[in-house]
Amino acid sequence: MTIHTLPASSGIKALGECEEEAPTFLTLAVENMRCGGCIRSVERAAMSVAGVRSARANLAAKRVSVGVENDLVSEADVIAALSHAGFVAAPMQSVGQYSETSRESALLRRVAVSGFAAMNIMLLSVSVWSGRAGDMDQSLVMLFCWLSALIALPTVVYAGQPFYASALSALKGRRLNMDVPISLAIILATGMSLYQTVVGSEQVYFDAAVSLLFFLLIGRYLDEHLRVRARGEAQNLLSLQSGIASLIGEGGSLRPVPAHALMPGDKVLIGAGERAPADALVLSGSADIDQSLITGETIPVAVAPGAQIYAGTLNLGSALTVQVTAADSATLLAEIGRLMAAAEQGKARYRRLADRAAQIYAPAVHGLGLATFLGWLIVGAPWQTALTYAIAVLIITCPCALALAVPAVQIAAASRLFRRGIVIKAADGLERVAEADMVVFDKTGTLTLGCPQLVNDAAISDEVLRSAAALAASSKHPYAQAIVAAARNRQIAVAAPDGVEETPGRGLVRILPCGEERLGSAEWCGIAPDRGGPSLVWYALDWRTPVRFCFADALRSDATAVLEELKRRGFSVALLSGDRNSAVEQAARATGITTWQSELTPARKIDWLADCAREGRKVLMVGDGLNDAPALAAAHASLSPASAADISQRAADFVFQGMRLAPVLEVLSTAKRARNLSLQNFGVAFCYNIVAVPFAMAGCVTPLIAAIVMSTSSILVTLNATRLAGRGK
Amino acid sequence: MTALAWLIPAALFLGGLGLLAFLWALRSGQFEDLEGAAYRALEDDPPEDSAGTQSSSHPE
Repeated sequence: MTIHTLPASSGIKALGECEEEAPTFLTLAVENMRCGGCIRSVERAAMSVAGVRSARANLAAKRVSVGVENDLVSEADVIAALSHAGFVAAPMQSVGQYSETSRESALLRRVAVSGFAAMNIMLLSVSVWSGRAGDMDQSLVMLFCWLSALIALPTVVYAGQPFYASALSALKGRRLNMDVPISLAIILATGMSLYQTVVGSEQVYFDAAVSLLFFLLIGRYLDEHLRVRARGEAQNLLSLQSGIASLIGEGGSLRPVPAHALMPGDKVLIGAGERAPADALVLSGSADIDQSLITGETIPVAVAPGAQIYAGTLNLGSALTVQVTAADSATLLAEIGRLMAAAEQGKARYRRLADRAAQIYAPAVHGLGLATFLGWLIVGAPWQTALTYAIAVLIITCPCALALAVPAVQIAAASRLFRRGIVIKAADGLERVAEADMVVFDKTGTLTLGCPQLVNDAAISDEVLRSAAALAASSKHPYAQAIVAAARNRQIAVAAPDGVEETPGRGLVRILPCGEERLGSAEWCGIAPDRGGPSLVWYALDWRTPVRFCFADALRSDATAVLEELKRRGFSVALLSGDRNSAVEQAARATGITTWQSELTPARKIDWLADCAREGRKVLMVGDGLNDAPALAAAHASLSPASAADISQRAADFVFQGMRLAPVLEVLSTAKRARNLSLQNFGVAFCYNIVAVPFAMAGCVTPLIAAIVMSTSSILVTLNATRLAGRGK
Repeated sequence: MTALAWLIPAALFLGGLGLLAFLWALRSGQFEDLEGAAYRALEDDPPEDSAGTQSSSHPE
């Protein structure tokens, strides 16, 4: 701490603060914080918790940072306060985020320093160049040159470090990357100018070296900014996914804890309608659970004490007491982990467009520079002139289109997708999606919504639906919530009445003056059990015939339209599912997919994708389940909904939010336009090189003119990139 | 000509002041939430106590 070195006047307050315990900060991801008003509500809600000292919401990052006095305030308390105010929050899982943002701001500092230096040196250079035409005093010219050197040298040493470090590591590995010619151009131009200043020559080009550095740093910063933002969003999603678990403490008391803090051996209560927070063993209770997120199978499975359940399964019945088990002991997860590791290895071979271009470009640049230098020496020019011409060639050919325009296009594409609720997780994801010619869907949770919907809506009258929804409104069971949603769809106002009693796993009952009103399983409503079923609910009022409610996982509302549009655009489509044959066939028929496979294991899905890859197809995989995770990792590019299993979101390149499937189209078209713009920018850069390089080699271009021409082309390609963000808001 | 003797240092000093101001702003977290800051300017209530501003510069 530096407090003791402070002057006495400010030291008193600082010491006073120091004596208290240093505040701990909790960082929470807040999903639905979208406007200025939300910032205030979030901060107020967090401050209202006893023991919270400060709260600061960050709208861009969708996070709130809460300073707490002591360990008595837990993340769960703040989350409860926020959810009371209507916000969905989750504790952040800290994974090296700090070092990433600090690297980003270090780059921004270098941009600022090089920008300052470039402006001032340009100012001095303009005076020198225009003074030469007139009658400027020679000693004044020298003064200006030395001033430029004074500004340029520290700048080149400080701001150029990212390029030198990258060039050095490439050279150590006996490779060439684009940072090698960049470093060479900057160091040579600066060194040469310093030499010319010392001997008092006119060929001083600090301005060219520093403005080159400035432009390249902007590109580097944009690239890093996209990576940090993509990773931050991905982390938010994962944190929100994990949520809060009810830990059973000593003596049976319940305590909310973040799910990621659960340890093997902890006992947890999973209420009706809640998802299992971790892989666990059932200790007591029995219930039907929905495993569709894990296996794609939509029919619920009955579990009893001793059964193994996986994180992400949905409890449809009564509350279960479970004991958390270590993740690696589960055979299904271990298998999926093994498949994913293998699949990701294959994908790491992908090389980005800019890298591939650099592979051809870098040797060419070096060759041209060297040829210019040697050529002029052979012709008989002094070595200073030859070197100046070679530096001009290096500056002219500097890869601004690669270093600036591609990141600019990617940033524009990313912010366009962010606005539409699509998060880019892999920095090279856009480039891979743009190459896709085939789209493979999973069924459960991807083509369908992944939660039960009322399907015999038409057979139920408004009056029955109103009463059933009123009963259902107080329950968290997915079927009850589906009934409420169906009522709301028909513009029926739903209010939960008093006196409703819920027997978990069976049903709801309310005593009316005229008799009993029941909603639940066939048995619960006093109907012969053989008329019941796993996806049926009955509504019974004493004197009337009971009404049947059927539930199924319904297609996303725009699934058929999206599939048609994909086919119109020339993509081949396929459906791969782990679900039963009949359910898959039905979904395939409804959406018009002719290629489909059912009852696939994760390994079979990968085999199927591998067959496609052998045929030369680039597959975009869209899936959500745990069983899709290896396929998502293995496919050329992948997309998953925000409701997907934790591990699948980790594997996917993109995550989209909302109830619609249209984001698939948006990702495909944005990626394609981003690639076209990148290629256009390469074209611009290439044309300009073709024209300018011969002049530079012939010695007609001074480094100053080279720097101006290079800057113009950089600005041109950047403006071209911004076209992507602007249109079609 | 003697004017240059103080004009150039003055220009560099002012430019350097701008650079330092930017670096200070960066360090104190002024650029951490560009979207939120736009809305905070529109709030009617008096700004929160010092706790709110302190927390903006801490590491996550």
